[in-house]
Amino acid sequence: MNKITNNKAWFLVLPVFFIVAISAIIPLMTVVNYSVQDIFDPQTRFFVGADWFRQVLEDSRLHDALIRQIIYTGSVLFIEIPLGIGIALTLPRKGWGVSACMVLLALPLLIPWNVVGTIWQIFGRADIGLGGYALNMIGMDYNYSQNPMDAWVTVLVMDVWHWTSLIVLLCYAGLRSIPDAYYQAAKIDGASNWAVFRFIQLPKMQSVLVIGVLLRFMDSFMIYTEPFVLTGGGPGTATTFLSQFLVTIAVGQFDLGPAAAFSLIYFLIILLVCWVFYTVVMNAGKREEQ
Amino acid sequence: MTLTLENITKTVGGETHIDDVSMSLEPGSFNVLLGRTLAGKTTLMRIMAGLEPPTSGRILVNGNDVTGMPVQKRNVAMVYQQFINYPSMRVYDNIASPLKLQGVDAAEIERRVKSTAELMHIEHLLDRLPQELSGGQQQRTAMARAMVKDCTLLLLDEPLVNLDYKLREELREEIPNLLAERDTIVVYATTEPMEALLLGGKCAVMHEGRVTQFGPTTQVYHNPAFVETGLIFSDPPINLVKADVRDGALYLASGHQVPLAGHLSALTDGQYTIGVRANHLSVDQTSAECVAMQGQVELAEITGSETFVHVHFNDVSWVIQEEGVHNPRLGEAATFYVDPKRLFAYDANDRLVAAPPVEIQNGKAA
Repeated sequence: MNKITNNKAWFLVLPVFFIVAISAIIPLMTVVNYSVQDIFDPQTRFFVGADWFRQVLEDSRLHDALIRQIIYTGSVLFIEIPLGIGIALTLPRKGWGVSACMVLLALPLLIPWNVVGTIWQIFGRADIGLGGYALNMIGMDYNYSQNPMDAWVTVLVMDVWHWTSLIVLLCYAGLRSIPDAYYQAAKIDGASNWAVFRFIQLPKMQSVLVIGVLLRFMDSFMIYTEPFVLTGGGPGTATTFLSQFLVTIAVGQFDLGPAAAFSLIYFLIILLVCWVFYTVVMNAGKREEQ
Repeated sequence: MTLTLENITKTVGGETHIDDVSMSLEPGSFNVLLGRTLAGKTTLMRIMAGLEPPTSGRILVNGNDVTGMPVQKRNVAMVYQQFINYPSMRVYDNIASPLKLQGVDAAEIERRVKSTAELMHIEHLLDRLPQELSGGQQQRTAMARAMVKDCTLLLLDEPLVNLDYKLREELREEIPNLLAERDTIVVYATTEPMEALLLGGKCAVMHEGRVTQFGPTTQVYHNPAFVETGLIFSDPPINLVKADVRDGALYLASGHQVPLAGHLSALTDGQYTIGVRANHLSVDQTSAECVAMQGQVELAEITGSETFVHVHFNDVSWVIQEEGVHNPRLGEAATFYVDPKRLFAYDANDRLVAAPPVEIQNGKAA
């Protein structure tokens, strides 16, 4: 067989190469550049090796922010995933209710992050906000700008309100793709509702749930706007998550070296967790057979 | 167990899905529901199973009314067109699931699962997950799950439709043997006349929610009681032409005249619809009584060792089944022969009034 050699195809790849280079590779390399040098101006720079990494990793403020972040992201997943599945299971399967529910569920998803922050900031105020006022009326001393716990819970509730719909919509799509015959077969067997959920619905939702968990993990691990709008990371450091901390170093203190080193660590954490999670879940099915 | 349906009607939102069906299914019988898509086969099966209640009418088991009884209490099993297995369970657990729910003890479960798996030739696949099986193996698993629990009513809803041709033939041959010597009532829905004939047993022809004919499969095939039955129970559908009987002869609307002999001799004067199956038409003149007809070739379908030649004349299209592979040119004039001994005659109400004797229907074009 004669192979025709034609290198013109490389030209077709060029646009993609440029876009990826400008949008991802060059910025990333800039960050790498900053993370290993101490740069004062283009002419005055010193190679510092892994010093910035060492400094950042030893910083106790980072450790605190990381722990806060892990607890927060854990809570987000722990609440949103079961809640999303639960709501998806109770949604109507046909009729006018379907479109009504879809519209209602999609509404929060359409609102930008900073607007969500503003909505809840006002909603939670004791003087002019309905939510804050109501909570104080029933005797709870709720004040997100003073009480760290209140601020932390408010950011969490905000995220649940904003993003549970995404899980619901994904699960609902997964549920809708199950042929009716599965339910009939289970009914003929006399299977309980729990068995139907455990052995039909959950396995059939597995792939969409993996996507949902990954999206919610990445997104909540990178949360910035909502706490920034609500309290700017406070009170104290109660809602200073990794992004807030990063911005404090990079923009507040203008320590670009440590900030760059930290950005890379941040990026690697997210990449690593996603990869581990994806691999574990996708192999779970295969391991069962052995 | 005898299953009796009494005047079953099902309407959904003003539309009649099942229209006054009464039939009685004997224990150990194999019953084929033959009808086109949307004829009501699946709905009727769901009503038999108890998956949905009829709008009116009664369902009796051994004379006891079970109309309102839920499906779990009826000991039925169903196999679907899609391959329905529990996706996260291994084949073994899939087959065992109905027994586990019945509370059968573990040793007995193992014995029955093994023997059923052997019967279905999937004993080497017991440790696999459904997604790792081929379509045929998945459907065998689903059938094993239905057969393992010794149900009294086994419903098979077009179980072979989604399989490829080879696997379909293989399972189609096995099914009647697998289910022989059981007391189970088997109901098998299909759209294919060939499948009904191969499966044998009894056949109920369904059309627009009604059971138009119910009897031994070959007998129904040889005497399709209505024009519709003939169309449903012939592949390709039976060829039809309007006709008049007057002055002791049959005048086809195509202008041909056929003598009233043999089984047609009892026809009285009036209007008829004449039907003739594709395999009873020939391009060769097989006997002196044959009537020659002319038309134009519209299409030739080669199916294996036979060719279906579609011929157009007088605003109707007929199909002629020819032995061997032929490639007639489209638009070419074709002459074919109708044997009067092989005509079905339907009266003005589309009811069968004369059918060719069975030996002539079965015989080769002599």
